[in-house]
Amino acid sequence: MIKVEHVKGKNKGKIMLYVLSTCVWCRKTKDLLKDLGVEYYYIFVDQLEDSDKEQQMREVSKYNPHRSFPTLVINNDRCIVGFKEDEIREALGK
Amino acid sequence: MNDFSEKTIGQVYERLNKYAESHGYHLNPDIEFTKDLIKSLLINQNRYGYWACPCRLASGKKEEDLDIICPCDYRDADVKEFGACYCALYVSQVIKDGEKQAEPIPERRPIKE
Repeated sequence: MIKVEHVKGKNKGKIMLYVLSTCVWCRKTKDLLKDLGVEYYYIFVDQLEDSDKEQQMREVSKYNPHRSFPTLVINNDRCIVGFKEDEIREALGK
Repeated sequence: MNDFSEKTIGQVYERLNKYAESHGYHLNPDIEFTKDLIKSLLINQNRYGYWACPCRLASGKKEEDLDIICPCDYRDADVKEFGACYCALYVSQVIKDGEKQAEPIPERRPIKE
């Protein structure tokens, strides 16, 4: 069973964040989304069972072939890879 | 299991910093950021048995992760090109001196088929 965490906030579309629990850039991205007060979902991919991990990695690689983290997917379309503060603020801030 | 004391993290920090400086490398001057990464490395040591890079998903099979065992194979090229390694544990002199901030960098590790 995949544990998808849900953070309540302003609806800015479907926001899905793939992160690692050990990655500090990932934590900064989560903190930024919290500051922006947007509603989003996130998965700690490193804490999944192997079968779920592989399935989520296939999902991530649809948007980010490098399968790197953090990977932020907006409305199953736009993808922002890495803690790109300006780009994230521009995409979700207003 | 993963609640490492401040003391333990501090000791690893001192040892890592001493080793880095004596070999021409620098740890991120943001000590809280660096200690968070050290904690993550200790967590990965517990989980996988080796210092898997905190910002990359380890496979759990050491032979597949040799290139991302910290310090990773990509550190030197990343510090030279971007001023920091992928997770920003290691930084350039300019960043260590506070003249520039460490920023996220692109993933240098080749895409696995």
